[in-house]
Amino acid sequence: MRSISCEGKSIELDEDGYLTNLNDWSEALAKMLASEDSLELTEAHWEVINFLRSYYQQYQIAPMIKILVKEIKKTMGADKGNTKYLYQLFPDGPAKQACRYAGLPKPTGCV
Amino acid sequence: MAVDKSTDDSAQGDSNDANTRVQELLKFVKVKGKPVELTGEIKIPKIKPNSFINVKPQLLTALEPLERLGYPVNGLVPNWKEVFLKKMDEILKKYRSVKLFLDICVRCGACTNKCHYFIGTADPNNMPVARAELMRKVYRRYFTWQGKLFGSKYVNGSDLSEELLVMWYTYFYQCSECRRCSVFCPYGIDTAEITMAAREILNSVGLVQKYAHEIIDKAQNIGNNLGMQKNAIINALEFVQDELQETTEIPDIRVPIDEEGADVLFVTPSADFFASPHIESLYGYAKVFHQAGISWTMSTHASEGGNFGLFIHNYGHMKKINKRIWEAARELKVKRVIGGECGHMWRVLSSYSNTMFGPFDWLDSRYPRPQHICEFTLDLLKRGALKIDKTANDEFVVTMHDSCQVARGLEMGGTKYGQFEIPRGVIRGVCNRYEDMPENTIKERTFCCGAGQGLLGDDMIATRVKGAIPRMQAYSYVKREKGVNFLALICAICKAQLSKMFPTYGIPMEEVGGIHQLVGRAIVLGAKEGI
Repeated sequence: MRSISCEGKSIELDEDGYLTNLNDWSEALAKMLASEDSLELTEAHWEVINFLRSYYQQYQIAPMIKILVKEIKKTMGADKGNTKYLYQLFPDGPAKQACRYAGLPKPTGCV
Repeated sequence: MAVDKSTDDSAQGDSNDANTRVQELLKFVKVKGKPVELTGEIKIPKIKPNSFINVKPQLLTALEPLERLGYPVNGLVPNWKEVFLKKMDEILKKYRSVKLFLDICVRCGACTNKCHYFIGTADPNNMPVARAELMRKVYRRYFTWQGKLFGSKYVNGSDLSEELLVMWYTYFYQCSECRRCSVFCPYGIDTAEITMAAREILNSVGLVQKYAHEIIDKAQNIGNNLGMQKNAIINALEFVQDELQETTEIPDIRVPIDEEGADVLFVTPSADFFASPHIESLYGYAKVFHQAGISWTMSTHASEGGNFGLFIHNYGHMKKINKRIWEAARELKVKRVIGGECGHMWRVLSSYSNTMFGPFDWLDSRYPRPQHICEFTLDLLKRGALKIDKTANDEFVVTMHDSCQVARGLEMGGTKYGQFEIPRGVIRGVCNRYEDMPENTIKERTFCCGAGQGLLGDDMIATRVKGAIPRMQAYSYVKREKGVNFLALICAICKAQLSKMFPTYGIPMEEVGGIHQLVGRAIVLGAKEGI
């Protein structure tokens, strides 16, 4: 467990770097977490993050990878609608790395 | 750390010291595992004492899951030595096999170099005999008359100490209970049972591993390992159905959910509704059921095939998770139960289900026990009930990784060696090119993927990278020698682990997938022939 300071607020993260309290999320925090991995969030990253957050609000879990791929295909074009592209954006895997930046809990199970 | 108010002051003072010390020693430190060069050869390493002594999984500290699971919530319990010995005594009496396995080892050394974690880490504590010795030392000291009378020195035993607890927690979580060592043991000692017992003892004193137990809690209380609520399951499965209808242009291909009166209840790991490459097999299952013309349903109640209760051999947990399958089958009035691609699910379904809730004798008498999807598909292939175009898989030269819990589980299809022959039969039935990896790395001698039985968490990345070495070497050998470019699997853990390890070792992750992913590609829909 550790805490980081973001916009004057101290925010607690678990051992894997996920938010302890999901309400602590902000765009600034997402940028900060990404920069710790030397990653700059582009418009494409934000498409993924925003979709994950809205899906989570409805279903309390991140979407299946194919649902995410289809959404990206819809918003960003056919050439970007594949798993490979998502891994280019989030090298540690869209399910884990993107969820972490989006303030979602870490997916559990055989994934 | 909160204090248990029920204990008296002195005991509390001591125990707090012990708890603080153990928590300090078990403090999670992220260790990275460095991949080795792939030469195609599995080398037995020179030992490096204690090289992996710092690799420990995270502890579960969240209050609610611990409470629900019935484990101590404040870390190490004040009277931990008493609880430890009581639990061990209970296990030794309840499971005579564990007592037998502790008694009969003759230290012949046949198991020493058979463990993937030893081969990968070179840490001698990962030799199966040395790992089991951590328990045998306590057994000799406290459970033999010589030990009780003369103490640990006389019997080469161990007195209980916080340091010993930490060793237990470290090395019993560097065992994936794959039972490869047992195959080579002249006495047939099942080291996995020793690990399972050790984990349950650790749980009783308050050292509960996070990854597996968080999942056991979700499987029991939400219904699946991912913690997917009903609306999320329905959304995911409806998406799969829409996609299937769109891509196949067959409007009546379906992924039925909670449909009473279907012939088949199909259970599979929830990872199949979520992750890649798991999801590809789900498309394959749906195509097989559609083409066979057999009505089937998935269940939002029994939305998990996996049963992590097995990992700690806790019957209470196992039964609770397994019961959902039993209940769903009853409620939906199905005639048969079929399990998807999941290793330990198969072991629990085939080896434990019948005795946990009485036999499944109310199912169709032709299918009086749960079946594996591979035996279902192979039967259809043999009867010519599926039209297959093998050339759809011509871009692949396929090999198969036998998942440990299937290979050394019990059986498949009620036939001798069915667990090896049936999955291979399915692959050969849908692919033109198949090559096995070297004999000493497959079938009953298969190597674990490196992340089985609760070691798939990111906290265990170091053992995952090292434990994968034998499998990666065997794969790289057939890749180089036979042009293999696809590793077919029937386990969700293997899929998650190897699709991460392949890129770690410089091989594209697309070379990992499920057997029903291959079936789904080759099946020609719409052309009903045979049956």
